[in-house]
Parts: sequence; structure tokens; C-alpha cells
Amino acid sequence: MPSHPKLADEFIKDKERAKWHDQSLWFVRSKRDKAVHQLPEWELLREQASKIKSYVVSHLPDLLEEFEKNAKAKGVHVHWARDAKEHNEIVHSILEKHQVKRVVKSKSMLTEECHLNPYLERHGIEIVDTDLGEWIVQLQDKPPSHIVMPAIHIKKEEIGELFHEKLGTEKGASDPQYLTESARQRLRQKFIEADAGITGVNFAIAETGGFVVCTNEGNADLGTSLNKLHIACMGIEKLIPRASDLSVFLRLLARSATGQPITTYSSHFHGPAPDSELHIVLLDNGRSEIADSDEFRRSLNCIRCGACMNTCPVYRRSGGYSYSNTVPGPIGSILGAAHDTKANSSLPFACSLCASCTDVCPVKIDLHHQLLTWRKEIRLKGLLPLSKRLSMKMMSWMMQAPRLYQFVGKMARKIVPYLPRFLVYNPFNAWGKQRELPDMPKQSFREWMKQNHDRK
Amino acid sequence: MTASREHILNKLRKQSIPETELPDLQQPELTQQWITYPDPSQQFSDLLASIKGLCLQVKNVEEVNQRLAELPVYQKSNNICSLIPDCGQPTVNVNDITDPHDFKDIDFAILPGEFCVAENGATWITNDGGPLRTLYFLSQHVALLVPASEVVPHMHAAYEKLRFENRSFGTFMAGPSKTADIEQSLVIGAHGARSLTVFLVEEPF
Ligand code: SF4
Repeated sequence: MPSHPKLADEFIKDKERAKWHDQSLWFVRSKRDKAVHQLPEWELLREQASKIKSYVVSHLPDLLEEFEKNAKAKGVHVHWARDAKEHNEIVHSILEKHQVKRVVKSKSMLTEECHLNPYLERHGIEIVDTDLGEWIVQLQDKPPSHIVMPAIHIKKEEIGELFHEKLGTEKGASDPQYLTESARQRLRQKFIEADAGITGVNFAIAETGGFVVCTNEGNADLGTSLNKLHIACMGIEKLIPRASDLSVFLRLLARSATGQPITTYSSHFHGPAPDSELHIVLLDNGRSEIADSDEFRRSLNCIRCGACMNTCPVYRRSGGYSYSNTVPGPIGSILGAAHDTKANSSLPFACSLCASCTDVCPVKIDLHHQLLTWRKEIRLKGLLPLSKRLSMKMMSWMMQAPRLYQFVGKMARKIVPYLPRFLVYNPFNAWGKQRELPDMPKQSFREWMKQNHDRK
Repeated sequence: MTASREHILNKLRKQSIPETELPDLQQPELTQQWITYPDPSQQFSDLLASIKGLCLQVKNVEEVNQRLAELPVYQKSNNICSLIPDCGQPTVNVNDITDPHDFKDIDFAILPGEFCVAENGATWITNDGGPLRTLYFLSQHVALLVPASEVVPHMHAAYEKLRFENRSFGTFMAGPSKTADIEQSLVIGAHGARSLTVFLVEEPF
């Protein structure tokens, strides 16, 4: 897999776009701040959310059984899948049994993780992503670049062009209102024609055997209320113990994600509708391994609000695709490294350790600490890229020789300011890409200390 | 498939994860800190307006009818249905309909809501998940009637009211359907209702 720096390079080649992407996300982050400041009890809520989720991870098998028992009592079919392959097979077998040809799906990162769409398409089933952002990237044959705003990286002119080509909208039209209306008309048709609806799950409640799906567009509700088959796909970590816990999570989720006080629809499903079937697929796919690790267990607390991405200076400037992982950004780097350390070994280094992600995370995951820990693990596993290994070796060698260190520092302060640019900003200086080095100080810290403090 | 169930559960059971406590959400140290509002109905109304919905505080169903008649989207609607007795001028009788697809041309639906939440502008609606559920999402415009006394301050109070034994479906609806997926520009009317009006009605209906 191409490394993060390499893919990020591609993205920042277009300086205008990188700047625009950065600003779009910062706008969302600012909306989050405004929403958060309207609740004086915010920190208290985060605290409770974090405690509830930690309880869940430490009681996962019991809660899963409790959920299964209560869901079954309500007439829900419960399935278990160890990995993505099994998940897809289960979904397909249910659809096949009902002779389903057309499926409408509402946003679910889990089905992205499993690559469900291409799997079903190979089996002759049409599957349409109905969340507008997801549909846009589906029409482009691309994955989402953000977990909450899947098309945040695409400009409206490009969407206009895409819709012109695929839906026959007017050429050159780029007005979001007009484009959304065209999508509404076309997708209504898809909703009406569909034989089954697939949704993700935001929260599943052990105590009641029900689950909650949150959307702003109402696509999950249209997709599931118009036909007689609903399949919900969830990761085993999405459980919460009690219905009342939802009060905490629903207060945190949308405010953290987009700055809204709550999503437009927060739908609670407890059993199938009359004459209908409701299936739920519980997926592990590496989650149990993360639960078993003392260092990374807390990453399972994630409620997928996306706040850590919106605030991350690296994500904002390098784009979601540079992570080449279903979940990008800080949390994606942790989950990606846990899933396949070798393939994703560059991700934990796509972090400036500014800790902004940790500050905004509504469930208090210590994201930047975990990223640092991953770096250590990756070094221990011998998966560091050569460039990092070499520079770290040289650094450590120099640090162990104080005199050499002092000498090199002195020389650098003297020489660098007079060097021609091509000698300073060259391919060996990754740091100097896209930014200027600070001016060299006149004296070293050691010299400054001597002058100002030793004499006193 | 049962093999996978056992596999996953066994794997999880073998782990020794330090046990942590589940917090008691009813403890006064917490509940005393939840936000309250001097006038919850007004707060709800303001909040709903901020998310592009409309809240009208009225005396009775008669007044609802008057206010409806003043709404431009209602005036323009051809196919109207109502689940509230004597409310609106329904042109479609939905009670005989068994296939939700038959609702696809409904312009305006007048429907019951159970209670409202002041902190976020949401209204709780619930039913058995049958065809009528579709009306809340497929209709072009939706009006909800809620008893004026049923406004709770926050989500904690909301979940104190909720039980999930009898009804298979329920949702918090907060304003009209919307999206900002194209360059973060807010567009109202994505897939669901293009407008949402909540009537807080004083007298029983
Ligand atoms: S790690 Fe925290 S901030 Fe990031 S998506 Fe998950 S819950 Fe949100």
C-alpha cells in the first residue's frame, strides 16, 4: 500500500484544493465548538460516555448475549460473523432467500469496511447508497473520504459535472440546492423500487434488544419503511447496556460531528414491523483482538462522530484518501494499524502529536497517546520505513555525543542562514516541504542559559 | 453460523479485561447538573427554528386548522392526510391503505407526536412500524401535534419517559430532512419531509 506521505503528496500538489479542504473542515470544527459551549455539562457527559463504553468493552460477551436474547424475543433474527467475508455471505444469503434484486443502503462504514457493495454487485444485486455524500462517491466509483461527510473533498462543480453525466442534469449547473433536488428525485425512485433496506447501527441496546440509527436525510427510514426486509449491520463494539445511556450518547454525537444539537432523525428499531423481517448481523473482524490489548482497547469506545478528523491538522491538509483506510484520520490510524500493522505502518506517523483529537473526542479516547504507542510498536516490529530509521539512528548517535551535538549546532547556526535555498530545501528535508524553516537562533539554549542564569 | 457465535464469545470470554463500573445516570450529582430552561416550550420553539423547523403554540385543534390554512405549503398541497380527528382537510383516507408505496404522492401529513425535547428541538414519534410509519418520511411536508404540557428539558428526561416493550418503532424528529453533503451548503429537503411544523396544543385533542 502506498504510504501516507506519498498519498498526501498527491493531495497537496493542488495547493488551492488543500487549502479549501482545510477550511471546510475547520468550519465544521468551529460549529462543533459553538454547540459544545451551549452545554455547561459537556465535560460531565464525556466522562459518563467514556465510563459507559469502558464498561461495555469489559463486559462484551455478557452484553452480546443479553442483546441477542432480547432481540430474539422481539422477533429479530440475529447473525454472527467472524470476518468481512462471512458478513457478506450472511447478508447475501438473506437477500437471496427473499429473491431481492434491488437494495437501498443508508450510510454504514461497516459495510464499507467489508466491501459489501462490490460483493453484492458480483452476485447480480443492485445496491444503492442513499446518503447523498455516499451516493456521490459511489457514482464516482470511490470510497468515502470522511466517515460523516463522505464527499467533503469534492467541489460542487465536480458534482455538477458528475450529475450531468450520470443523471442528465443541466451542464455547468453547480448549485447545491438544484443538485440535491435532482438527487432527491432520482433516489425517491430507487426507494420506491427497492425490495430491501440495509442500514448500519449507531447504538444497540443490550437491555431492550433494539438499536438506533441516526441520519439527517431520513434515508435509513425511507429505505426501511417502504419494504418488508431490513438488514442492520453492526460491529460488536456498538453495544450499550441500557436505553437510558442513549441520553448521553445522543447529546454528544451530533454536536461533535457537525455541531447540530441532534441529527434530524434518531430512529429506534425494536423488532420487525408487522409482516416484515428484521435481521441483525454482528461482526467481529478484529474487534475482539483490539479488546484484548491494554494499550488500544479504548479505541473501541469510538462512536464515529468524526470530530477527531475535523480537528486534525494532518487530516485537514492531506485529505481522507491519503490514509487509504476505511476510517481515516486519528482514530482510523489507530484502527488501521491494529487491523494490519504492516500495510498501515505509516499511518501512526501521520500525526503531529498536537493532541487536538484527544481534546475533542466525546468519549475521551486518548488518541494521540495511542498513536505514539503505535509508533513504538511499529519500531519494535521492525516496520519503520528506512528514511525514519536512518534519521533516528543519526539523531541518537549525535545525542549520545554531547560535544559533537554542540559542535553541529554551532556550525548549523553559523552556516545555514547563508546557504542557498536548494541546499536547505531539498528532498532530504521532508520537514521543509510546504513550509519554511524558522530562522536560526543566534545562540543555543545552552549559551543562553549560561548568559542569563549561571551568573546569578 | 452458530460456530461463529461460539468462536466470538469464547474468544471474548478468555480475555481478562479489568472490570470497570457502569455509572449511575440517576445520581443527583449528575442530574443536578443537567441544563434546565426557564421556559422549556419557548426554548424548544427557538431551537426548532434554528434547525429550520417551525413551532406554533396554540390553544386547540381549531386554532391548528386556522394556522394550517395560513401556511403557504399547506395551501399548495393537493394530497393531504391526517391522523388527528377534525384536524386539517384530508383528501386521502390513509386508514385503508396497507401498502406504504401508496403514500408516495402525499403532499402534507398531519400526524401525532408524543413529546418534545427543549435542548435540541426534537419530537418523539412512535408506532408499530406498519405502513403508517412511512408517512413521517415519505410525505413532502409534515405537521406534528403534541400536547403543550409534553415538553421535557433534555434527553435524560426523554429517556425516563420512553419504554420499548410495545412499539417496534420510534424516532426523534428534529426539523425537516436536510443535507450538507455538497460543499457544506445546507439544503433542506434531502429525502424526507421538506418542512416540519410542530404544534404545541394546550387543550386535549
Ligand atoms: S475517536 Fe472520538 S472523536 Fe474520533 S470519531 Fe471516534 S468518537 Fe469521534
